[in-house]
Amino acid sequence: MSRRATNRPTPLDYFRKRWMQAVIVVNFTFLYFPIVALIAFSFNDSRRNITWQGFTLKYYEKAFTNNSLHDAFINSMIVASVSTAVSTILGTMLGIALYRYRFPFKGAYEGWVHLPIVIPEICMGVAMLAFFAAIQIPLGLFTITVSHIAFTIPFVAVVIRSRMSGFDRSLEEAARDLGATEWQTFRDVTLPYLMPGVVAGALLAFTLSLDDFVITFFTSGPGSTTFPLKIYSMVRFSVTPEVNAASTILIVVTLTLTLFAMYIQARSGQRSTHD
Amino acid sequence: MENWRNHRLTFGIFILPPTFWLVVFFTAPLAVVWVYSFGYRGPSGQTYLGFSLDNYVRAFDWLYLGILLKSVWIAIVTTAICIVMGLPLAMGISFAPKRWRNILLLIVILPFWTNLLIRTYAWIAVLRTAGYVNFSLEWAHGNLDAFFTFFGMPELMGTFEPLEILYNQKAVVIGLVYVHLPFMVLPLYTVFEKLDRAYLEASLDLGASQWRTFFSVTVPLVMPGIASGTLLVFILSMGTFLTPDLLGGTDSVMIGNLIAQQFGPARNWPFGSAISFVLMYATFLILWARATFASQKSDLGI
Amino acid sequence: MTEKTEFAASPIITVENITKVFGRTVKAVDDVSFDIMEGEFFALLGPSGCGKTTLLRMIAGFENPTSGRILIDGKDMDGIEPNKRPVNMVFQSYAVFPHMNVARNVAYGLKVTGTPEADIGPRVEEALSLVQLDGYGERMPDALSGGQRQRVALARALVKRPRVLLLDEPLSALDAKLRELMQLELRRLQESVGITFVIVTHDQDEALSMADRIAVMQSGVVAQLADPSTLYEFPTSRFVADFIGKTNLFDGKVSGTSGAGEIVVDVSGIGQTSIPFDGSASGEIALAVRPEKIRVLKEEPSAAEGVVTIPATVSQVAYYGDESHLLLDNPTGVMITANVPNTSRSTRPRAVEGDKLWLSWDAADTLVLDR
Repeated sequence: MSRRATNRPTPLDYFRKRWMQAVIVVNFTFLYFPIVALIAFSFNDSRRNITWQGFTLKYYEKAFTNNSLHDAFINSMIVASVSTAVSTILGTMLGIALYRYRFPFKGAYEGWVHLPIVIPEICMGVAMLAFFAAIQIPLGLFTITVSHIAFTIPFVAVVIRSRMSGFDRSLEEAARDLGATEWQTFRDVTLPYLMPGVVAGALLAFTLSLDDFVITFFTSGPGSTTFPLKIYSMVRFSVTPEVNAASTILIVVTLTLTLFAMYIQARSGQRSTHD
Repeated sequence: MENWRNHRLTFGIFILPPTFWLVVFFTAPLAVVWVYSFGYRGPSGQTYLGFSLDNYVRAFDWLYLGILLKSVWIAIVTTAICIVMGLPLAMGISFAPKRWRNILLLIVILPFWTNLLIRTYAWIAVLRTAGYVNFSLEWAHGNLDAFFTFFGMPELMGTFEPLEILYNQKAVVIGLVYVHLPFMVLPLYTVFEKLDRAYLEASLDLGASQWRTFFSVTVPLVMPGIASGTLLVFILSMGTFLTPDLLGGTDSVMIGNLIAQQFGPARNWPFGSAISFVLMYATFLILWARATFASQKSDLGI
Repeated sequence: MTEKTEFAASPIITVENITKVFGRTVKAVDDVSFDIMEGEFFALLGPSGCGKTTLLRMIAGFENPTSGRILIDGKDMDGIEPNKRPVNMVFQSYAVFPHMNVARNVAYGLKVTGTPEADIGPRVEEALSLVQLDGYGERMPDALSGGQRQRVALARALVKRPRVLLLDEPLSALDAKLRELMQLELRRLQESVGITFVIVTHDQDEALSMADRIAVMQSGVVAQLADPSTLYEFPTSRFVADFIGKTNLFDGKVSGTSGAGEIVVDVSGIGQTSIPFDGSASGEIALAVRPEKIRVLKEEPSAAEGVVTIPATVSQVAYYGDESHLLLDNPTGVMITANVPNTSRSTRPRAVEGDKLWLSWDAADTLVLDR
């Protein structure tokens, strides 16, 4: 044995065994190497991308001054904001309805409502395209936004549902017992509890919208390119550090939002245990 | 839970708007595509409505059946690799000290929160002829060559041939594994976490080696997790579009690309609609099969 | 139940200066040493957190000692994996493999160590017979009761004919009636198979009724190691006296000796009493009397040599069917518990709240312990 008796891992202490640690390291390298390399080389002073030639921010400059990229970013923000606003409201309503009420065919309804999560995005994308063509609505930011709302509502509903499952119904009953109307109970008791879930759902909807490619690809028209779409066309053209820079920007934005959402959920979890 | 009849107004207020949206902007589009799938294509790409099953039949034509089967094959290979990589990883994390587990899971999930497009094309830089993999191989080759030349055998290594691992099936599989690994690790981790360690200790105590314990006791007991993960990864891989589009070549056209083609350059919406529905039916079939088997084998008292 | 008084002279397990520290500060086991003799039924008894389970797991090989050695059959077990040790364990949760039927569970240990196919069948049947589960081979674990699953776990371990069987809290998951049955059952099993049993338990009834010798543990050390009746009647510390069975404790002060082998102790409420005691004691000590040693009388008894007598008033009665436990107010200031067997079926309870009675016990039945 190379390790002292006390330091030797016990038979089930897999995490401390050398082979397991190697497995974990290899997996993590696999998971992070491409992204880290991509980000690292957005600072590389070279078009060829492989060898390090020196640190530069010029590709970020190019990205920031690229007008079409700029427009695409604005478009993405508009679409994401509007779709998040609508989707959060509709998704929350759906989540509450599912949590609270029994109604005929609820099982089938629930299955149907969760379909957008399960259906391959390509199928949804082409369906939206066919639909808008059939009712003769031109493709643009409007069609993109409408589609985003449709596919993010179920995600928000799931987040709300899960938040509600920790809710103590007797709080509502106590409010009613004290004389509050349904609306007052909802506004003063349920909604405050729900808020972290609503925020989490909203952030999720925002990220999904911001990041979406496939559905957006089929519902966008000329002049309504979004950020991921623009990156796609840049990639198809050629992979340059400018693309890396634009990608890094997108990564930073979505990562920040996601971590923020998780932070809120964690804090709200703590606070409710102190209530 | 309350009966909707007692709160008709509130219930209506909550459930009608989202339902409306989903009916108009989700179900209706799917209905349109469904109707189109029975139609036929006009000479300049218009869509005519009809009642024929020609599109569906054509979808199973040799040429297209090949693509269907290839998609299934790629999905299977991806799922298999995800199991081989994900199982030890999930196991390792579940045996880590409690404080570390969430952090480790976060590390596994974090790449998932970056854009799919970016995650996929990041591999182009790694896999292409002048990419990282070949660069490292060339470097190693160069060193070995120098080594052997020093010892008087200059021709031993030959010239360096870069690996062709981009724009083909291998790249697509790598890309798919990369994107879907978290979907395998997470369900597996949940099951591992609930696993009573006493089963493993009992097996060791009775004389089994670690390997034997793993295959005879651990794997059967985490099977539900393997099943969940397999389901997720398989379905997602089958319906993928972006990965084969960016990383694939002529030998790796998948269903998703085929559909995109029909709604794009090929301008054959009826046919594209039919294939769309074939993919959707296949997805539902798998989900339904899993649901039936899951309820049949209701827990083994684990 | 026969009391075994002869054992093989050689110890089968030797625990030598074993210490186990978790992390940097948690000392679960602190320099423990003892021997377990071949063929005996040995118990590790103590409250939760005392280190008994950790010790058991170190014997089985699932934890490594921080320092010290464990010898099984004379061999140092350092670095030897659990699957190579001549001991087998029955886990607290039984750990019967849910995906295998009973027969395959029992056969598992034989299969993985390469026992020839032909031998496996008969040995499995033999083991099932031993635990009275004949014919249960085809059943699946989820169709068995807790007690039955435990017997499967027993059969599974015994079929391997280990030198030592380790049992981790074997009876904790069973209901009261089954527990009593299994106590006798395990004892009978151990005697018929003849191998060494080591059990870990927090239940002193279990330990007292089943074991030949008990190691009482507290905070990582062995407080006392002896056979059941010695532990009960001659505990060497307040902890052991209190942990094993119930006891009444009084604070007292030694005020001298009244002869060889006797000390005089002053207890408030009782006065000065002579108590037979072999060792030396001085200053502040504690006296202990077991409830069943106290006689409960309706009238004041005549004074007698070597008998302690005090008046008392019943404060509470706990009725247990076969006996009643009385909580009595008395001049010492400490509530005394005395047991009264309900020997007749008279409808009137023998004692009620408020009754004025007399308590009397032999001074020789008083234990002298450290404060």
